[in-house]
Amino acid sequence: MSILNKMFALKQFCRNKGYSTVLKRCLTLNVDTAFDNKVYRLHQIETGPSITSELEKAEALKLFKQMDMVRRTENALAGLYREKKIRGFCHLVVGQEAVCVGINSIMRPQDTIITSYRCHGWAVLRCESISGVIAELLGFQSGAARGKGGSMHIYGPQFFGGNGIVGAHVPLGVGIGLKHKYTNDGAVSVVLYGDGAANQGQVFEAFNIAKLLMLPVLFIVENNYYGLGTASHRSSANPEYYRTCSFLPGIRCSGMDILTVRESTRYGFKHILDGKGPIIVEMMTYRYFGHSMSDPGTSYRDRDEISSVRERKDAIQHMKNMLVESKLATPEEIKAIETENKKLVTAETEKAFKDKETPVEELTADCYKSFPFPMRVPKMHTWIPHKNIGKYGSVSK
Amino acid sequence: MASRGTITMKNMTTLGKVLSRRNFSTSKALGAKQLTVRDALNSAIDEEMERDERVFVMGEEVAQYDGAYKVTRGLWKKYGDKRVIDTPITEMGFTGIATGAAMAGLRPICEFMTFNFAMQAIDQIINSAAKTFYMSAGRVNVPIVFRGPNGAAAGVAAQHSQCYGAWYAHCPGLKVISPYTSEDHKGLLKAAIRDPDPVVFLENELLYGVAYPMSDEALGTDYLLPIGKAKVERPGKHVTIVAHSKAVETSLEAAKTLAGKGIEAEVINLRSLRPLDFETIIKSVVKTNHLISVEQGWPSCGIGAEILARLMESEVFYHLDQPAVRITGADIPMPYTKSLEAAALPRPEDVVEAVKKILKVK
Repeated sequence: MSILNKMFALKQFCRNKGYSTVLKRCLTLNVDTAFDNKVYRLHQIETGPSITSELEKAEALKLFKQMDMVRRTENALAGLYREKKIRGFCHLVVGQEAVCVGINSIMRPQDTIITSYRCHGWAVLRCESISGVIAELLGFQSGAARGKGGSMHIYGPQFFGGNGIVGAHVPLGVGIGLKHKYTNDGAVSVVLYGDGAANQGQVFEAFNIAKLLMLPVLFIVENNYYGLGTASHRSSANPEYYRTCSFLPGIRCSGMDILTVRESTRYGFKHILDGKGPIIVEMMTYRYFGHSMSDPGTSYRDRDEISSVRERKDAIQHMKNMLVESKLATPEEIKAIETENKKLVTAETEKAFKDKETPVEELTADCYKSFPFPMRVPKMHTWIPHKNIGKYGSVSK
Repeated sequence: MASRGTITMKNMTTLGKVLSRRNFSTSKALGAKQLTVRDALNSAIDEEMERDERVFVMGEEVAQYDGAYKVTRGLWKKYGDKRVIDTPITEMGFTGIATGAAMAGLRPICEFMTFNFAMQAIDQIINSAAKTFYMSAGRVNVPIVFRGPNGAAAGVAAQHSQCYGAWYAHCPGLKVISPYTSEDHKGLLKAAIRDPDPVVFLENELLYGVAYPMSDEALGTDYLLPIGKAKVERPGKHVTIVAHSKAVETSLEAAKTLAGKGIEAEVINLRSLRPLDFETIIKSVVKTNHLISVEQGWPSCGIGAEILARLMESEVFYHLDQPAVRITGADIPMPYTKSLEAAALPRPEDVVEAVKKILKVK
């Protein structure tokens, strides 16, 4: 039986089982024209991730809910930015929700994550509350980093942040992997970076050491086709980032289908936990907003491109279609989740706004873990004692 | 470790000569055990690795080669691949990895073969290590030590002869140490390793082989010196000379010459550049009414510039009888040839001349 026949048979099987509580789906890559007919592209590995994927109803609805929540939170943040309530940089992840939600769903409690400045999706998934994420961008005291980090520097349990320096968090993530191996805690360090960072020298330095020391690191390239405004084929002599490293195996999958994201991540975890060393997974995705809120995103790509991706490939719409087609959820159930999320984001935004900006007394707090010395401030002849007030130890286990 | 014993013995044979040049030292411990700076660093690392399983060393040639300057000699044999990790010559990558390991809870000692090469990794030192605790509002601390030789060595020209004291001392989030004696190196490195924040530990290649007396206390495994506290190396009443690292030696030699002319110079060994122990400087200037800073680094925005600016801003300014002055390295990239290299760094006679000038002594 050829692969295509096999896939067809499985598809039929899935359809026939339509009333079950399990979403069982044969994966195809029709969501991305970059991929011919293969679900995965592989580099230095024989067999790739599974071409079928199963989801329990409860899990499927949870993942849909999370993706929808990430998008709604981001849209709320976009609104607050336009109202000038949010300052500085604001890089939205809208369009790429399947990547963070899908990876997160495979991670175990001991696993860690570090990502780039486009980190709000992870913040929504990992921080103590959504109001804490919104408050952080508002610069409020109840923010996840007490208003000191802002959009790019948000942290949560086992979440080592966004990072404002393109590529710099990749070695950091490998270092977190070194900790996992050193303490033998069985965890995997998941390190996400974009196509814009993929050609950084330090990324290759990190690949090299990760492989030499056989560290439990899952590298994930979130390829949204543009590093800032430069298309990947214009920035990269080899824009196929899953095969940029001669000694690391790689997989390319769609990042617009949460099931391929999950299967690829699962495969990556298994590869690492089987002792085969680090691996790169490239997920093809797309952002609908500009690079940041200050980028209208129309000079290097046209609106038609954005709307065409939105119409044909949107990850959340795709998930909805899968849920309905497989009869796992009715349109009403989906609507109910959306309504619930909408209410939640409104409530969390209101909750965030009940707080106020971090007071000036915190200016000189938490610069060091231990610093019994005064800190100088702009006011003439003025030094303020250093103090510690943050939630120390609330990231690393 | 037998190998370490051998090295100490070798140094002991040349010690007489070294000591005779250094008998101006105010050390109470005449006849006390002598230890080279290299061995002081080695025992500090060894003791802290023994004490805390989370402590490990990572850097170029630290393991099988026994350390480019033999500071980590014997540690790989004792602790193995897991805790003494040879890296490729890729500073940005391994510095980031060491920093990430610290964020996750380990206690890395990240060795730079020299701090000149740390410029390749300075983004990780500043943006990742120094700023994360503040950016995360105290959620993620980075207990890491960046260490290695800093400043001018001998005959290695511009790219390998630069003092980074002012560079790192500029940055909040870092603690910066620039030690002088063996006791300084041991007590401060142990304190740095136990410190919960990122510490930049600036050694000097030319001091590695120099032996200094070690008190019984300093030979013990719990010998810690406080970060942020300077040491009065030599008390005096006529002029205050503030220096760090090898410039302390220059200042002490100058003080010895001055003593022969009846001038008692007080020499302060800063030990820490950030935080800077300004209290000790104030106390001294109130007594001496004169200040000279001595450093091997460049003049612009240097450590001396900072000390003089702080003095100018403070009430102690009124205690000065003459304007304070800086003695610094020449404002040029380091030349290779011997005579020019010597002329590019402060010499004791430069300090002596400056002191005589501000004290108006002939």
